[in-house]
Amino acid sequence: MASSSYSNSPCAACKFLRRKCMPDCIFAPYFPPEEPQKFANVHKIFGASNVSKLLNEVLPHQREDAVNSLAYEAEARMKDPVYGCVGAISVLQRQVIRLQKELDATNADLMRFACNEMPSNSHHDHSQRRNNNMSGSSHHFGHNSGLYFGSPWSDHPDPCGDQRGGGGNM
Amino acid sequence: MASSSSYNSPCAACKFLRRKCMPGCIFAPYFPPEEPQKFANVHKIFGASNVTKLLNELPPHQREDAVNSLAYEAEARVRDPVYGCVGAISFLQRQVQRLQKELDTANADLIRFACNDLPPRSPPRSSSSSASADEHRRPRLLPPPSSSAAAIFLSALLFSPMD
Repeated sequence: MASSSYSNSPCAACKFLRRKCMPDCIFAPYFPPEEPQKFANVHKIFGASNVSKLLNEVLPHQREDAVNSLAYEAEARMKDPVYGCVGAISVLQRQVIRLQKELDATNADLMRFACNEMPSNSHHDHSQRRNNNMSGSSHHFGHNSGLYFGSPWSDHPDPCGDQRGGGGNM
Repeated sequence: MASSSSYNSPCAACKFLRRKCMPGCIFAPYFPPEEPQKFANVHKIFGASNVTKLLNELPPHQREDAVNSLAYEAEARVRDPVYGCVGAISFLQRQVQRLQKELDTANADLIRFACNDLPPRSPPRSSSSSASADEHRRPRLLPPPSSSAAAIFLSALLFSPMD
Protein backbone atom coordinates (compact mmCIF):
# COMPACT_ATOMS: atom_id res chain seq x y z
CA MET A 1 0.00 0.00 0.00
CA ALA A 2 2.23 2.81 -1.28
CA SER A 3 1.65 6.32 -0.07
CA SER A 4 2.59 8.28 -3.15
CA SER A 5 2.67 11.60 -1.34
CA TYR A 6 5.69 10.41 0.69
CA SER A 7 7.65 9.75 -2.46
CA ASN A 8 6.78 13.16 -4.02
CA SER A 9 5.02 11.36 -6.84
CA PRO A 10 1.35 12.26 -7.13
CA CYS A 11 -1.09 9.43 -6.60
CA ALA A 12 -3.17 8.20 -9.51
CA ALA A 13 -6.14 10.25 -8.31
CA CYS A 14 -4.27 13.55 -8.14
CA LYS A 15 -2.61 12.83 -11.47
CA PHE A 16 -6.01 12.21 -13.01
CA LEU A 17 -7.50 15.28 -11.37
CA ARG A 18 -4.41 17.36 -12.24
CA ARG A 19 -3.91 18.68 -8.79
CA LYS A 20 -1.13 18.73 -6.23
CA CYS A 21 -1.00 15.55 -4.19
CA MET A 22 -0.89 16.77 -0.60
CA PRO A 23 0.70 14.77 2.24
CA ASP A 24 -2.71 13.94 3.69
CA CYS A 25 -4.37 13.09 0.38
CA ILE A 26 -7.13 10.64 1.18
CA PHE A 27 -6.70 8.82 -2.12
CA ALA A 28 -2.93 8.40 -2.04
CA PRO A 29 -2.72 5.19 0.04
CA TYR A 30 -5.18 3.38 -2.21
CA PHE A 31 -4.57 4.70 -5.72
CA PRO A 32 -0.89 4.28 -6.47
CA PRO A 33 0.41 5.98 -9.63
CA GLU A 34 1.17 2.57 -11.17
CA GLU A 35 -2.54 1.78 -11.38
CA PRO A 36 -4.09 4.73 -13.23
CA GLN A 37 -7.01 2.73 -14.59
CA LYS A 38 -8.24 1.88 -11.11
CA PHE A 39 -8.97 5.51 -10.28
CA ALA A 40 -10.15 6.30 -13.79
CA ASN A 41 -12.87 3.63 -13.48
CA VAL A 42 -13.87 4.65 -9.98
CA HIS A 43 -14.02 8.29 -11.00
CA LYS A 44 -16.18 7.57 -14.02
CA ILE A 45 -18.73 5.51 -12.12
CA PHE A 46 -18.78 7.06 -8.67
CA GLY A 47 -17.04 10.42 -8.98
CA ALA A 48 -14.13 11.68 -6.89
CA SER A 49 -16.18 13.60 -4.34
CA ASN A 50 -18.51 10.64 -3.70
CA VAL A 51 -15.53 8.36 -3.17
CA SER A 52 -13.96 10.89 -0.85
CA LYS A 53 -17.19 11.11 1.20
CA LEU A 54 -17.49 7.32 1.31
CA LEU A 55 -13.92 6.94 2.52
CA ASN A 56 -14.43 9.57 5.19
CA GLU A 57 -17.43 7.60 6.47
CA VAL A 58 -15.50 4.38 7.06
CA LEU A 59 -12.76 3.66 9.54
CA PRO A 60 -9.17 4.02 8.27
CA HIS A 61 -8.48 0.28 8.55
CA GLN A 62 -11.51 -0.43 6.35
CA ARG A 63 -10.68 2.03 3.60
CA GLU A 64 -8.50 -0.29 1.58
CA ASP A 65 -11.27 -2.87 1.35
CA ALA A 66 -13.80 -0.16 0.58
CA VAL A 67 -11.65 1.18 -2.28
CA ASN A 68 -11.04 -2.29 -3.65
CA SER A 69 -14.73 -3.13 -3.63
CA LEU A 70 -15.55 0.19 -5.31
CA ALA A 71 -12.89 -0.54 -7.92
CA TYR A 72 -14.39 -3.99 -8.47
CA GLU A 73 -17.87 -2.57 -8.92
CA ALA A 74 -16.60 0.18 -11.20
CA GLU A 75 -14.76 -2.31 -13.40
CA ALA A 76 -17.84 -4.53 -13.57
CA ARG A 77 -19.97 -1.54 -14.55
CA MET A 78 -17.50 -0.53 -17.25
CA LYS A 79 -17.64 -4.03 -18.71
CA ASP A 80 -21.41 -4.22 -18.42
CA PRO A 81 -23.02 -0.78 -18.28
CA VAL A 82 -26.52 -2.24 -17.89
CA TYR A 83 -26.07 -4.73 -15.06
CA GLY A 84 -22.64 -4.09 -13.58
CA CYS A 85 -21.80 -6.59 -10.86
CA VAL A 86 -25.48 -7.42 -10.38
CA GLY A 87 -24.97 -9.60 -13.44
CA ALA A 88 -22.36 -11.55 -11.51
CA ILE A 89 -24.76 -12.03 -8.62
CA SER A 90 -27.36 -13.40 -11.01
CA VAL A 91 -24.95 -15.88 -12.57
CA LEU A 92 -23.66 -17.04 -9.19
CA GLN A 93 -27.12 -17.49 -7.73
CA ARG A 94 -28.14 -19.70 -10.61
CA GLN A 95 -24.97 -21.73 -10.17
CA VAL A 96 -25.68 -22.19 -6.47
CA ILE A 97 -29.22 -23.37 -7.17
CA ARG A 98 -28.06 -25.75 -9.88
CA LEU A 99 -25.27 -27.20 -7.76
CA GLN A 100 -27.57 -27.61 -4.78
CA LYS A 101 -30.06 -29.54 -6.91
CA GLU A 102 -27.35 -31.78 -8.28
CA LEU A 103 -25.99 -32.39 -4.79
CA ASP A 104 -29.43 -33.27 -3.46
CA ALA A 105 -29.98 -35.69 -6.33
CA THR A 106 -26.58 -37.32 -5.80
CA ASN A 107 -27.16 -37.59 -2.07
CA ALA A 108 -30.54 -39.20 -2.70
CA ASP A 109 -28.85 -41.75 -4.95
CA LEU A 110 -26.26 -42.41 -2.28
CA MET A 111 -28.91 -43.00 0.32
CA ARG A 112 -30.61 -45.48 -1.97
CA PHE A 113 -27.34 -47.33 -2.43
CA ALA A 114 -26.61 -47.24 1.28
CA CYS A 115 -29.99 -48.71 2.12
CA ASN A 116 -29.64 -51.40 -0.51
CA GLU A 117 -26.19 -52.35 0.77
CA MET A 118 -27.44 -53.36 4.21
CA PRO A 119 -27.64 -57.13 4.79
CA SER A 120 -31.22 -58.42 5.21
CA ASN A 121 -31.35 -59.87 8.77
CA SER A 122 -34.35 -59.78 11.11
CA HIS A 123 -36.89 -57.09 10.39
CA HIS A 124 -36.18 -55.36 13.71
CA ASP A 125 -32.43 -55.28 13.16
CA HIS A 126 -32.94 -54.16 9.58
CA SER A 127 -35.19 -51.23 10.43
CA GLN A 128 -33.05 -50.20 13.38
CA ARG A 129 -29.94 -50.26 11.27
CA ARG A 130 -31.75 -48.32 8.57
CA ASN A 131 -32.76 -45.67 11.10
CA ASN A 132 -29.22 -45.45 12.41
CA ASN A 133 -27.86 -45.31 8.93
CA MET A 134 -30.22 -42.55 7.89
CA SER A 135 -29.55 -40.41 10.97
CA GLY A 136 -25.84 -40.93 10.43
CA SER A 137 -26.20 -40.30 6.76
CA SER A 138 -27.83 -36.95 7.28
CA HIS A 139 -24.45 -35.85 8.53
CA HIS A 140 -22.51 -37.93 6.06
CA PHE A 141 -24.46 -36.73 3.10
CA GLY A 142 -24.18 -33.12 4.19
CA HIS A 143 -27.64 -31.94 5.01
CA ASN A 144 -25.88 -28.90 6.37
CA SER A 145 -24.25 -28.41 3.05
CA GLY A 146 -26.37 -25.88 1.31
CA LEU A 147 -28.90 -23.16 1.36
CA TYR A 148 -31.39 -22.55 -1.34
CA PHE A 149 -30.45 -18.99 -2.12
CA GLY A 150 -33.41 -16.95 -3.23
CA SER A 151 -31.65 -13.64 -3.09
CA PRO A 152 -28.26 -12.45 -1.88
CA TRP A 153 -29.91 -11.26 1.31
CA SER A 154 -32.58 -13.84 2.16
CA ASP A 155 -30.68 -16.85 3.57
CA HIS A 156 -27.79 -14.82 4.79
CA PRO A 157 -29.38 -11.96 6.69
CA ASP A 158 -26.61 -9.47 6.16
CA PRO A 159 -23.76 -10.98 4.16
CA CYS A 160 -22.18 -7.63 3.71
CA GLY A 161 -22.56 -6.75 7.38
CA ASP A 162 -21.04 -10.04 8.55
CA GLN A 163 -17.94 -9.40 6.51
CA ARG A 164 -17.53 -5.84 7.65
CA GLY A 165 -14.14 -5.19 9.17
CA GLY A 166 -12.89 -8.74 8.80
CA GLY A 167 -9.40 -9.78 7.78
CA GLY A 168 -8.19 -11.47 4.63
CA ASN A 169 -7.55 -10.64 1.01
CA MET A 170 -9.60 -9.15 -1.76
CA MET B 1 -42.77 2.63 -15.76
CA ALA B 2 -44.67 5.86 -14.93
CA SER B 3 -43.63 9.10 -16.49
CA SER B 4 -44.24 11.42 -13.60
CA SER B 5 -43.84 14.51 -15.70
CA SER B 6 -46.91 13.61 -17.73
CA TYR B 7 -49.00 13.88 -14.57
CA ASN B 8 -47.42 17.21 -13.56
CA SER B 9 -45.99 15.51 -10.49
CA PRO B 10 -42.22 15.80 -10.29
CA CYS B 11 -40.30 12.55 -10.34
CA ALA B 12 -38.39 11.48 -7.25
CA ALA B 13 -35.14 12.78 -8.76
CA CYS B 14 -36.43 16.27 -9.47
CA LYS B 15 -38.11 16.40 -6.07
CA PHE B 16 -34.82 15.48 -4.44
CA LEU B 17 -32.88 17.94 -6.56
CA ARG B 18 -35.54 20.61 -6.06
CA ARG B 19 -35.93 21.42 -9.68
CA LYS B 20 -38.72 21.51 -12.21
CA CYS B 21 -39.43 18.11 -13.71
CA MET B 22 -39.42 18.81 -17.45
CA PRO B 23 -41.30 16.66 -19.99
CA GLY B 24 -38.08 15.06 -21.28
CA CYS B 25 -36.61 14.40 -17.82
CA ILE B 26 -34.30 11.41 -18.18
CA PHE B 27 -34.98 10.28 -14.62
CA ALA B 28 -38.76 10.48 -14.66
CA PRO B 29 -39.53 7.06 -16.18
CA TYR B 30 -37.36 5.27 -13.63
CA PHE B 31 -37.68 7.21 -10.39
CA PRO B 32 -41.38 7.54 -9.59
CA PRO B 33 -42.28 9.95 -6.77
CA GLU B 34 -43.57 7.01 -4.67
CA GLU B 35 -40.02 5.67 -4.31
CA PRO B 36 -37.96 8.58 -2.98
CA GLN B 37 -35.39 6.37 -1.29
CA LYS B 38 -34.41 4.76 -4.57
CA PHE B 39 -33.12 8.03 -6.01
CA ALA B 40 -31.72 9.18 -2.67
CA ASN B 41 -29.50 6.08 -2.53
CA VAL B 42 -28.43 6.33 -6.16
CA HIS B 43 -27.64 10.01 -5.75
CA LYS B 44 -25.60 9.40 -2.62
CA ILE B 45 -23.45 6.68 -4.15
CA PHE B 46 -23.21 7.54 -7.83
CA GLY B 47 -24.32 11.16 -8.11
CA ALA B 48 -26.99 12.55 -10.41
CA SER B 49 -24.64 13.64 -13.18
CA ASN B 50 -22.90 10.25 -13.33
CA VAL B 51 -26.25 8.50 -13.56
CA THR B 52 -27.32 10.89 -16.33
CA LYS B 53 -24.15 10.15 -18.29
CA LEU B 54 -24.58 6.39 -17.77
CA LEU B 55 -28.17 6.48 -18.96
CA ASN B 56 -27.34 8.63 -21.96
CA GLU B 57 -24.79 6.04 -23.06
CA LEU B 58 -27.44 3.33 -23.20
CA PRO B 59 -30.27 2.69 -25.63
CA PRO B 60 -33.66 3.52 -24.06
CA HIS B 61 -34.82 -0.10 -23.77
CA GLN B 62 -31.89 -0.91 -21.47
CA ARG B 63 -32.22 2.04 -19.14
CA GLU B 64 -34.77 0.54 -16.79
CA ASP B 65 -32.57 -2.45 -16.04
CA ALA B 66 -29.56 -0.18 -15.69
CA VAL B 67 -31.36 2.03 -13.17
CA ASN B 68 -32.58 -0.97 -11.21
CA SER B 69 -29.12 -2.48 -11.03
CA LEU B 70 -27.68 0.88 -9.96
CA ALA B 71 -30.37 1.15 -7.31
CA TYR B 72 -29.52 -2.33 -6.09
CA GLU B 73 -25.83 -1.55 -5.86
CA ALA B 74 -26.51 1.78 -4.19
CA GLU B 75 -28.74 0.21 -1.56
CA ALA B 76 -26.15 -2.47 -0.89
CA ARG B 77 -23.45 0.17 -0.52
CA VAL B 78 -25.59 2.24 1.85
CA ARG B 79 -26.13 -0.86 4.01
CA ASP B 80 -22.50 -1.89 3.85
CA PRO B 81 -20.22 1.05 3.04
CA VAL B 82 -17.11 -1.17 3.03
CA TYR B 83 -18.12 -4.00 0.71
CA GLY B 84 -21.43 -3.04 -0.91
CA CYS B 85 -22.79 -5.82 -3.08
CA VAL B 86 -19.28 -7.19 -3.54
CA GLY B 87 -19.81 -8.88 -0.19
CA ALA B 88 -22.68 -10.87 -1.67
CA ILE B 89 -20.55 -11.84 -4.68
CA SER B 90 -17.78 -13.08 -2.43
CA PHE B 91 -20.27 -15.06 -0.35
CA LEU B 92 -21.83 -16.62 -3.43
CA GLN B 93 -18.46 -17.50 -4.94
CA ARG B 94 -17.56 -19.36 -1.77
CA GLN B 95 -20.94 -21.10 -1.83
CA VAL B 96 -20.29 -22.27 -5.38
CA GLN B 97 -16.82 -23.56 -4.52
CA ARG B 98 -18.07 -25.36 -1.45
CA LEU B 99 -21.01 -26.94 -3.24
CA GLN B 100 -18.79 -28.04 -6.10
CA LYS B 101 -16.44 -29.75 -3.66
CA GLU B 102 -19.30 -31.49 -1.91
CA LEU B 103 -20.73 -32.58 -5.24
CA ASP B 104 -17.38 -34.00 -6.32
CA THR B 105 -17.13 -35.91 -3.04
CA ALA B 106 -20.66 -37.23 -3.34
CA ASN B 107 -20.09 -38.30 -6.94
CA ALA B 108 -16.91 -40.11 -5.93
CA ASP B 109 -18.82 -41.94 -3.21
CA LEU B 110 -21.55 -42.81 -5.67
CA ILE B 111 -19.02 -44.35 -8.01
CA ARG B 112 -17.67 -46.42 -5.13
CA PHE B 113 -21.12 -47.72 -4.30
CA ALA B 114 -21.97 -48.31 -7.92
CA CYS B 115 -18.83 -50.33 -8.47
CA ASN B 116 -19.46 -52.08 -5.14
CA ASP B 117 -15.91 -51.14 -4.34
CA LEU B 118 -14.32 -49.85 -1.14
CA PRO B 119 -16.52 -48.96 1.82
CA PRO B 120 -17.57 -45.31 2.02
CA ARG B 121 -15.02 -42.83 3.33
CA SER B 122 -15.50 -41.16 6.70
CA PRO B 123 -18.14 -38.45 6.64
CA PRO B 124 -16.91 -35.10 5.41
CA ARG B 125 -16.43 -32.24 7.86
CA SER B 126 -19.64 -30.41 8.55
CA SER B 127 -19.88 -27.83 5.82
CA SER B 128 -21.60 -25.36 8.17
CA SER B 129 -18.41 -25.00 10.23
CA SER B 130 -16.32 -24.36 7.14
CA ALA B 131 -18.91 -21.92 5.88
CA SER B 132 -18.93 -19.96 9.11
CA ALA B 133 -15.14 -19.85 9.18
CA ASP B 134 -15.14 -18.61 5.60
CA GLU B 135 -17.63 -15.88 6.28
CA HIS B 136 -15.30 -14.23 8.72
CA ARG B 137 -12.63 -13.73 6.11
CA ARG B 138 -12.50 -10.64 3.94
CA PRO B 139 -13.93 -11.26 0.47
CA ARG B 140 -11.57 -12.93 -1.95
CA LEU B 141 -12.91 -12.30 -5.38
CA LEU B 142 -12.75 -13.82 -8.82
CA PRO B 143 -12.64 -11.26 -11.64
CA PRO B 144 -16.02 -9.85 -12.59
CA PRO B 145 -17.69 -11.72 -15.45
CA SER B 146 -18.54 -9.98 -18.67
CA SER B 147 -21.90 -11.68 -19.01
CA SER B 148 -24.87 -9.40 -19.10
CA ALA B 149 -27.51 -12.14 -19.12
CA ALA B 150 -29.25 -10.94 -15.96
CA ALA B 151 -32.52 -9.42 -17.16
CA ILE B 152 -34.85 -12.12 -15.88
CA PHE B 153 -33.01 -12.38 -12.58
CA LEU B 154 -33.01 -8.64 -12.14
CA SER B 155 -36.75 -8.30 -12.43
CA ALA B 156 -37.25 -11.11 -9.91
CA LEU B 157 -34.60 -9.91 -7.52
CA LEU B 158 -35.03 -6.20 -7.52
CA PHE B 159 -38.73 -6.33 -6.91
CA SER B 160 -38.42 -8.62 -3.95
CA PRO B 161 -37.62 -6.92 -0.69
CA MET B 162 -34.07 -6.88 0.53
CA ASP B 163 -33.77 -8.46 3.99
